[in-house]
Amino acid sequence: MSEHTRHPVQAQEPDLPPFPEDDPRLLPGVRHPWQAEVLVGVLFSLSFLSTVALATTYSVGGQPQLEGGFLGFALACLGAGMISWGKYLMPRGPFVEDREYEGREDLESNPEDRRSFIGSFGRGAVIVGRRPFLLGLLGMAGAAFSAVLIFPLRSLGPQPKLTLFKTNWGKGTLVVREDGSPVNVADMDVGSYMTVFPAGFETDPNAQAIDQVILIHVAAEPLPTRQGPASWTPDGYFAFSKVCTHAGCPVSLYEAQTQQLLCPCHQSLFDILIGAFPIFGPAPRPLPQLALMVDSKGNLRSQHGFLEPIGPGFWERGAYPKGGYRS
Amino acid sequence: MMPEQMLQQGGRLARWGDDRLGAAHWVSKALNKIFPDHWTFMMGEVALYSFIILILTGIYLTFYFNPSLSTHIYNGPYKPLDGQVVTDAYASTVNMSLYVRAALVIRQMHHWAADIFIAAIVVHMARIFFTGAFRRPREINWVIGVLLLFTSLINGYIGYSLPDDLISGTGVRIMFSVIEAIPVVGSYLAFFIFGGNYPGTVWDGRLYVVHILLLPGVIAGLLGAHLALIWHQKHTQWPGKGATERNVVGSPVWPIFAFKSVGLQLMVWGVIAALGGLAQINPIWLYGPYIPYKVPYLVQPDWYMGWLDGALRLMPSWEVNMQGHMIPNLFFPAIFLPGITVPFLMAWPWLEAKFTKDNLRSHHLLERPRDRPVRTAIGVAVFTFYAVLLLGSATDLLANFFSVSLNAVLWSLRMILVFAPIATGYLAWWLCKEAQRIPVAGRRPRASIIMRSASGGYVLRESDPRPGDEHIELEPMPVPRADLSRGVGRQVIRVGGDGSPALSESGVLQAPRQPAPRPSLRDLLRPGGNGGLGGLRSRRPRNGGADGGPGGGSGDGGPPGGGAGGPAAGG
Repeated sequence: MSEHTRHPVQAQEPDLPPFPEDDPRLLPGVRHPWQAEVLVGVLFSLSFLSTVALATTYSVGGQPQLEGGFLGFALACLGAGMISWGKYLMPRGPFVEDREYEGREDLESNPEDRRSFIGSFGRGAVIVGRRPFLLGLLGMAGAAFSAVLIFPLRSLGPQPKLTLFKTNWGKGTLVVREDGSPVNVADMDVGSYMTVFPAGFETDPNAQAIDQVILIHVAAEPLPTRQGPASWTPDGYFAFSKVCTHAGCPVSLYEAQTQQLLCPCHQSLFDILIGAFPIFGPAPRPLPQLALMVDSKGNLRSQHGFLEPIGPGFWERGAYPKGGYRS
Repeated sequence: MMPEQMLQQGGRLARWGDDRLGAAHWVSKALNKIFPDHWTFMMGEVALYSFIILILTGIYLTFYFNPSLSTHIYNGPYKPLDGQVVTDAYASTVNMSLYVRAALVIRQMHHWAADIFIAAIVVHMARIFFTGAFRRPREINWVIGVLLLFTSLINGYIGYSLPDDLISGTGVRIMFSVIEAIPVVGSYLAFFIFGGNYPGTVWDGRLYVVHILLLPGVIAGLLGAHLALIWHQKHTQWPGKGATERNVVGSPVWPIFAFKSVGLQLMVWGVIAALGGLAQINPIWLYGPYIPYKVPYLVQPDWYMGWLDGALRLMPSWEVNMQGHMIPNLFFPAIFLPGITVPFLMAWPWLEAKFTKDNLRSHHLLERPRDRPVRTAIGVAVFTFYAVLLLGSATDLLANFFSVSLNAVLWSLRMILVFAPIATGYLAWWLCKEAQRIPVAGRRPRASIIMRSASGGYVLRESDPRPGDEHIELEPMPVPRADLSRGVGRQVIRVGGDGSPALSESGVLQAPRQPAPRPSLRDLLRPGGNGGLGGLRSRRPRNGGADGGPGGGSGDGGPPGGGAGGPAAGG
């Protein structure tokens, strides 16, 4: 190092006392440090080997189990080595430091600093407070602006309006499968079921989500339910909204023996024969029933749309009437 | 390079930096900062390191994931999906998992890290709670911690929803229903977030931004504040070993705590990486794409959402109707329950201070759970409540496993939810009271000696203290600030493990260390034995500190005040 590049401060750094080498607290925490040294050395070497193996695995094409295994082993060995080094080969301590209250009781600042803070802040407050009218205007403008700040939230989506009350089922809507084919009364055996949609809406996921209906051939003849008369179930075909009234999952498990529908999400159980009323679990309301009819070609159609909003509850929905919904 | 030269080079670099930053004062203070050592203090570190690996793996995943709900007919390399209508989100996740080298490991690491992250937060929080570490002056940090827990939980929920597979899509449907269930504004909020009625076409992109930018930013900010407060207020510590309310006893940051903590970080990452490679998690290519009218048979969320899912299942089928408006069933388990859980947790430090009339001074010494039976009992009861809810998310699995009806499982769990917290809370209180009476609690166990009396009876007696049982704890010392060039740094000393004297480089004969007593077989077999079986674990001096005799320096330990190079490790 040449003379003119040497920093002048270097010479002024004071000497520190020599290291207190005879203190037992500065000795390693183990009696046989060489054992720990061997351990740490072995761990670091294993980590190195595992990293090489990882690189090799990756470069010859990769294999998830080997990659994860080698990566994990490399990291874990490296970590274990560092911990062992710190635990067994470094001064055992214990070491202490003061919490630095410097005469104070606690973490609080000393009285001068507190006074200084109050003085500084108070000075500002007094200066600002001299113009109460402007302060009021500032508050008003600020409050108005803050309120307007939440407006962009409104732009995120449309208002619900009546969307949640409506589906695409209407008067005489043709019942179709997911491939668009109509369902003839002769198509299904008693005890079978399928998911159906209003014709023209069977492929749109957004429509599927609200229009999905579970169609079950329950019996050979029409039966009344608590939701509607026997004329709703021509030839024993029952149709219910498939959207659970609890949390909106598709109620897709049908048990033919007991004539029950089970929602796999939270295990609500609906009794089909009484109109899909919930008999167990958290679902609070029956699955809305779709009134069916058979057209001249023998295809199933809806008599009209659902009489109530389908799916889980919401604030504007209103109560479920005692006698149910009647057309 | 020789250590000496390294020190010189390091010194030059340090001077260069300090000339420009003037940071030597606080950096050296930081390097000498003491962190107390105890295994229970690692939980928060585990959470921190899981978060770091979450960020790192998450960045990698963003290179491949496409958060779009646009659909197309799949025509990629994964043949079982051929011809199906899939969203870009789902297809990009499948393709990344199966056809990008190492991406599956990274993705599974990300998922495992999230599960471990939140688990570590919960365990960390339990440690804070049961030891009273939340008391004054740490109430603010407790509140930040509660916020961290629930922010992370929401981000986890959003994160596993993003791939738009059949299971997570069902979870998104439930998310919509839950938002819809908020009184007055619910349907508006749901429509704004989802851009219309469920499912819409925008939620994935929006929640993606929330998942990778907004909430990680919030978590990082809270985490920074959390750590800054720990640094500033200094860590709590267990009593003993000279620890008082006015000091901190433990290891200095450099190098001891740094080595242990970085080592822990690498081990946490190692475990997560091994899980990511070896333990399959969320194989979405097996679940199939989300189709609104389909649902898998077994729908369980990730474990940290289990308590809410369980609450949804255990909730009776009530709905409140008033004045033509409805408070839906979902409101009670999914909005009200977390809505009281969060404020209750946040308020706990003040609640406890109010009831114990203890808010006059700061606490830096921790309390054993058994010494605060009421707090412990309440904590155990509350934990039991949420654990039963978590169990409730597995009603279907339990019914299958025990071959009983769902009805029986549901009603049992409803009963257990009410009565188990009372029972476990009382049990915890009773155990605390019992544990307080154990006279030797916290002491090193001594061997029990069973004596047969002349009359044939047996008497149990504690063995006499062995050498080392009555060992004196070393007084904690301040971290020495020392000149390495004038002390041990010049010497190369190796004291043999057998205590034989050694020559230092300076030619001075070192005083021999007290030879370790050769353990007899009986010593080795005694419980808590004093013999060599302890091996690496025997941290404390056995002979009243005599093994560090005058001049008996050792080159094996890096002195904490030292810098790079440290003492020359012996040859």
